[in-house]
Amino acid sequence: MRPSDIAFRLYLVALFTFVFLPILTSMVFSLNSDRFPTVPLGEFTTHWYKTAFSRPEVWTAFGNSLIVAVCAAALSTALGFVTAYTDFRYGFRFKPAYLALALLPPTIPLVIMGLAMLAWLGRLGISGTLSGIVVAHTVMGAPFAMAICRLRLSQMDPALEAAAWNLGASQWRAMRAVVIPFCLPALISAYCLTAAVSFDEFIVAWFVSGLNKTVPVMILEILQGNVDPQINAIGTVVFLTSMALVIVAQLLILRKTNA
Amino acid sequence: MSKRFDAYPYVWRLPLLIWQGLFFVGPLILMVAMSFWLVRNYRMEPDFVLKNWDRMLGRDYFWNAYWVTLWRATLAGVLASLIAFPASYALAFRVSETTRRWAIFFLIVPFFTSYLVRVYAWQVLLAESGPINAVLGFGGLGPFTMLNSGFGAMVGYMTLVLPLVVILQTFSLAAIDRNLIEAAWNLGASPRETLFQVILPAARIGLILGATFAFILSFGDFVSPFYLGGSKPPTLSILIIDTTKSGQQWPRAAVVAIMMIATLFVAAFAAVGAAYGRRK
Repeated sequence: MRPSDIAFRLYLVALFTFVFLPILTSMVFSLNSDRFPTVPLGEFTTHWYKTAFSRPEVWTAFGNSLIVAVCAAALSTALGFVTAYTDFRYGFRFKPAYLALALLPPTIPLVIMGLAMLAWLGRLGISGTLSGIVVAHTVMGAPFAMAICRLRLSQMDPALEAAAWNLGASQWRAMRAVVIPFCLPALISAYCLTAAVSFDEFIVAWFVSGLNKTVPVMILEILQGNVDPQINAIGTVVFLTSMALVIVAQLLILRKTNA
Repeated sequence: MSKRFDAYPYVWRLPLLIWQGLFFVGPLILMVAMSFWLVRNYRMEPDFVLKNWDRMLGRDYFWNAYWVTLWRATLAGVLASLIAFPASYALAFRVSETTRRWAIFFLIVPFFTSYLVRVYAWQVLLAESGPINAVLGFGGLGPFTMLNSGFGAMVGYMTLVLPLVVILQTFSLAAIDRNLIEAAWNLGASPRETLFQVILPAARIGLILGATFAFILSFGDFVSPFYLGGSKPPTLSILIIDTTKSGQQWPRAAVVAIMMIATLFVAAFAAVGAAYGRRK
């Protein structure tokens, strides 16, 4: 191994440390007794988990987050899939504009989405409801779902669908019997990823949630008070949830890509 | 084939148009319209006046926030690109393909993992009496004030954008034809010349894309400047939140939002021009 290779490896380790340090920190300090965490560490304790999860509003928030993530992920995935299929199969006028419409949302700053959604959902009468958050998260999740489904469709031989038609299947039947089964791993993957996006999103949710707080919105509001190790405990649960979802999402795509 | 109307294509095409029209384009158009409305007795009334534009763009505090945000986001784009590059280079050229794949895998995870909690963790880590200062203290250094400063905000921006920038750079570097690099070597180019005259130009699109995304994300972020930067001076996103949440002045917040979107558009077009434009 060249000396420069060692230097490059050390650099990679340093970068990954920077990226994962905050995640590890939260996990470690969630089990540490000090109120104002520092090193050397205090004693091991599960106190912060007990206090955090003995509060009913924490459970309510987790319930809200779960409902929102489950619904928003389903809608995002459906929307992402139909859009990816359209892009895969059809060419038409204004297609670049169509695709821009599909892929633009993540480039709009969340604070702006929050403000626009707050005003718009207020007019529609669903501001301050969980449905409002679901609507907003679907807009934000759909582009990711579309990207995943599109990737999978690009691995499908277009002749596969045509063969089904030639064998007498209607377009609908071919969709049901050929395209959807082929895309199933991507659909599940997209569902997990968009659920993670929804589960972690807090700015738009904060703008439109009113009294129906999701977990990250609750964290945001606790943070505006003071340093509170309960956040580490709640945060660790949030980390583990979204990391599990993203890991599953990726494994599903990678397994199929390599096969 | 009969020529009767086939509904099939439209079933797949229309959902996006309807949904994004209703819940993406609609809200943004309303926001633009709102910037011309008036607030009377804490209620918005449709109108067409330039008062909000006048009030916001005529104030120093808006422009101070604007330049701070623009400067910090530009710095974040440049810094993220520079910090990411050696790592991306290593991932593209110095490790096995399996390692690269796993590295990308583990960079995607934090990108979708609660940014807010990670920023909170930095708040703990960077505190005056926090772990980092404690470690530095063993070496007889510090304590340093790292929170509530431009430095703190920059740490937050890097947390947000570094994984994405490394991913984009790595993909573009790994896609370079190895023969090109070997040809440069064979023709007697020094490592420096190879880097600047072969590798960087060939990976141009990914490098610019990475910097642009870092700029866009940092420009719109409110968490890092608020919790790590101490919100002094405020950035545009903090201005929007203050104006919306405390002042009920949604139309004025809309003015700030439109200025932000316009700036991002200009930046995105400039980046696309730089990435795909003809080489000099």
